[in-house]
Amino acid sequence: MRSRYAPVAFFIAVVIAVQFLTLIIDRPQYLTQLTMAGYYSLVIIGLCMLIGYAGQISLGHAGFFAIGGYISAFLTTYDLMPHKGNALAGIVAKAGLLVTVQDLYGGDALVFHPWIACIAAICVTVLIAYVIGGPVLKLKGHYLAMATLGFGTIVYKLVLGTTFFGAADGLSDIPGFKLLPGLEVSGKNSARIQNYYISWGMVALGMLLLANLIHSRVGSALRAIHSAEDAANAMGVNTGRYKLNIFVLSAVFAAVGGIFLTHYNGGIGPSEASIMKSVRYVAIVAIGGMANLWGALSMGIVLNFLSLRGYFGSYDDTVFGVILILIMLFAPEGLLRREVFRNAKKWISGRGKAEGQKA
Amino acid sequence: MDFRTREGRGPKGVTILEVHHLNKRFGGLQAVGDVSFFVQQGSIKALIGPNGAGKTTLFNLLSGILPPDSGTVRFSNANIQGLQPYQVAAKGMSRTFQHIRLFTHMTALENIMIGRHMHSRAGFLAGMLSLPWTRREEKAVRERSLAIMDFLGIADFADTEATSLAYGQQRILELGRALACDPKLLLLDEPAAGLNMRETAEMAKLISRIRDTGITVLLVEHDMSLVMNISDEIVVLSYGHKIADDKPLAIQKNPEVIKVYLGEEDA
Amino acid sequence: MNIELFFQYLAAGVTYGTIYAIVAIGFNIIYNTTGIINFAQGEFVMLGGMTAVTLHAFLPLPAAILSAVIITMIIGALIEITFIRWLTSPSVLRMIIITIGISIFIREAALHIWGEAVRALPYFTGTEVTVISAGDVHISPQVLWVIGISAVTVVLLTFFFNYTLLGRQMRACSSNRDAARLCGISAKNMVTLSFVLSAGIGALAGCVVSPITYVQYDSGTGLAIKGFTVAILGGLGNSTAAIAAGLILGILESFSVWVMPTAFKDVVSISILLLILFVRPSGIFGSVEASRLKEF
Repeated sequence: MRSRYAPVAFFIAVVIAVQFLTLIIDRPQYLTQLTMAGYYSLVIIGLCMLIGYAGQISLGHAGFFAIGGYISAFLTTYDLMPHKGNALAGIVAKAGLLVTVQDLYGGDALVFHPWIACIAAICVTVLIAYVIGGPVLKLKGHYLAMATLGFGTIVYKLVLGTTFFGAADGLSDIPGFKLLPGLEVSGKNSARIQNYYISWGMVALGMLLLANLIHSRVGSALRAIHSAEDAANAMGVNTGRYKLNIFVLSAVFAAVGGIFLTHYNGGIGPSEASIMKSVRYVAIVAIGGMANLWGALSMGIVLNFLSLRGYFGSYDDTVFGVILILIMLFAPEGLLRREVFRNAKKWISGRGKAEGQKA
Repeated sequence: MDFRTREGRGPKGVTILEVHHLNKRFGGLQAVGDVSFFVQQGSIKALIGPNGAGKTTLFNLLSGILPPDSGTVRFSNANIQGLQPYQVAAKGMSRTFQHIRLFTHMTALENIMIGRHMHSRAGFLAGMLSLPWTRREEKAVRERSLAIMDFLGIADFADTEATSLAYGQQRILELGRALACDPKLLLLDEPAAGLNMRETAEMAKLISRIRDTGITVLLVEHDMSLVMNISDEIVVLSYGHKIADDKPLAIQKNPEVIKVYLGEEDA
Repeated sequence: MNIELFFQYLAAGVTYGTIYAIVAIGFNIIYNTTGIINFAQGEFVMLGGMTAVTLHAFLPLPAAILSAVIITMIIGALIEITFIRWLTSPSVLRMIIITIGISIFIREAALHIWGEAVRALPYFTGTEVTVISAGDVHISPQVLWVIGISAVTVVLLTFFFNYTLLGRQMRACSSNRDAARLCGISAKNMVTLSFVLSAGIGALAGCVVSPITYVQYDSGTGLAIKGFTVAILGGLGNSTAAIAAGLILGILESFSVWVMPTAFKDVVSISILLLILFVRPSGIFGSVEASRLKEF
């Protein structure tokens, strides 16, 4: 039991160490990309549970990220002032759900409070995930892959084509999200360090919850489903409900990542819902080891950070496409599996032995 | 822990399973045709017949993997035909598979523990928060599963990866997993397939011991020595239809059966 | 709506529908021979169009098209040999992810070669304003080219699969690979041939439709999704049904513009895909048991 929490503690130590590292090498701007990478990691670890443990592929998870981000963005920027007289707006205002903010021209705008927007976005995500997940998860193999791909594309086309969501430009000027007095999710330079810890704190919390889940009765059931679904069913495991619940859970993780990244960036665009983003998430889970949460997380951090800092240049999408091909061709169970480490150890010690014999 | 104490077994002599006019057709093939039989509480009933007689299909119909075209299955005072496998399991019927379906990448003990799934409650929220009661529950599940492995004589392999066990041990492990469900009726699909003579004899003893704890057993089997030795009654299928339903000695003398099946078999 | 508008929509629907059907037939050929869904199918169409435009700069149109088709066929063969050939019994999922990766790779390569600009071949006969009229109905001659060339393609394919030795060998291979190999048919080569064929017909379709629809480095993905929708709609593996299904999808999509904004046209076709997958994955014309049999 204690060994389960050791990696989390180690992880938190690393997070703190990295922050000090950026101070030492005088690169505080790295914190920005690291913070963003953190929110993307939420998507990745949720997806890892779905693909690696429950064995269900999703090529449309960027869709859930976008649903979370766009809804919270919309609700915190859509000015209800012109609708003040409207009965519904009146009820909502009286319920204390709204705040007054400064609009672009210095006047007052009436928008939803970020907490309300956040909860609403999560609720909508849960609803959509349950509605879509039910029929989608009954599919197998390429049908399942195509259905999730289709879902992601629908979300993309919808946000791209709807003026309410800013069409091709997306939504911007998203206000910060005050979590607690003094703790705000926003892109302000002054709050950089704070936001770094908020982001990675959430990731640490997410890892803790998922690590607990994996070692619980649910985790065993998921592994059984992944391994031999019909046998699991015959042993009394309601496989349909488990797959659906893990699908919804992974969707919520993605949406939360979307909500917070949107407040941090101050904006969101349709590219966050694109197939390329979904493929990217799958590629990272694949290279990290499919059923390896920590592997997916570490790969996610590295690759997202490099991508966000622009190291891949115009070959950004190509890199992830190539990674995906290579992993699927040569190491379909993922790269960071225990067998790979074991073989590497054997190889290294084997070499050492041979050299010892020569001497 | 006394593995043999169990509630809800009921007195002997009661009918625990009633199959009425079960039918299943695959395209042009009538896999199961108008099959009816009863299974008495606390007995061992065997299902035999040549290959392709529809035995595994029948099992799949009973355990909910396939829905029947028509007919009813009455188990535990309810009609269970058309129910999902996990619902059938919840009613007290568990099974093993003709081709071993153990959970890969899991240890033998973990495989058995899945069998206890229906008897534990920790869900998503409780699991994620790792609430104290879930840890206690997990411990209880583990202890019960070890007790079952003990009963079956495979407790030494608790932490071995299930698929690395010897074939005979895997068969016993799958049996243990089904037992962990606390079934009233156990469906065994060719439990002795691939076992040598000694292993088959031990499997026969194991099944008898299981029956002695009060669990009813319905088994499909090709090995006639096992079947004749331990069965209380035998149903014979041929081309999807029932041609005999009687005690072992009577079956051995039944001309229909001899014609269709026993004639080619070396006992 | 008046009759002229009706026929505009109809012509557009038939044009796009025919292309979707060709992509679907490409899916089916590879699926029938290998059981793989080749997500890069759409890229063949894109490659055909883009290559032809580039070659047309210094070759006459027919030669440019022919060369483009041949080049794309070679690329199809290379893809199969490099990525698919040496895999032993891969899982369905693994294969589709690999082909998605291949599709991304081709798309990104196209981006770096040709940039983001849209390109088009010139109209085969006349210009973009030429119309053929019959009363109130006006259509561009290019539409007739699309329908005509696609029809010829289908006829040639049918002839190939039914009356040539090679075609029958492919059908044998798709029907029962081991039996085919026992008869001396090289399954490996049949697989390569299926990729070559699919690439060829995709490229030809890309050439003939590019004057109307333009091609761009990322045209492939949308076509792949819609082509897959059509293939499923008609029943995976059933290419005759794919033609009908393609027309149905193309026309539905085209007329949907009448009731909702153009930007949501793709949403319509994907929703149809999801609907079919949820309700009847064996397709309109497929029976559940027959969907296990594979025939051209």
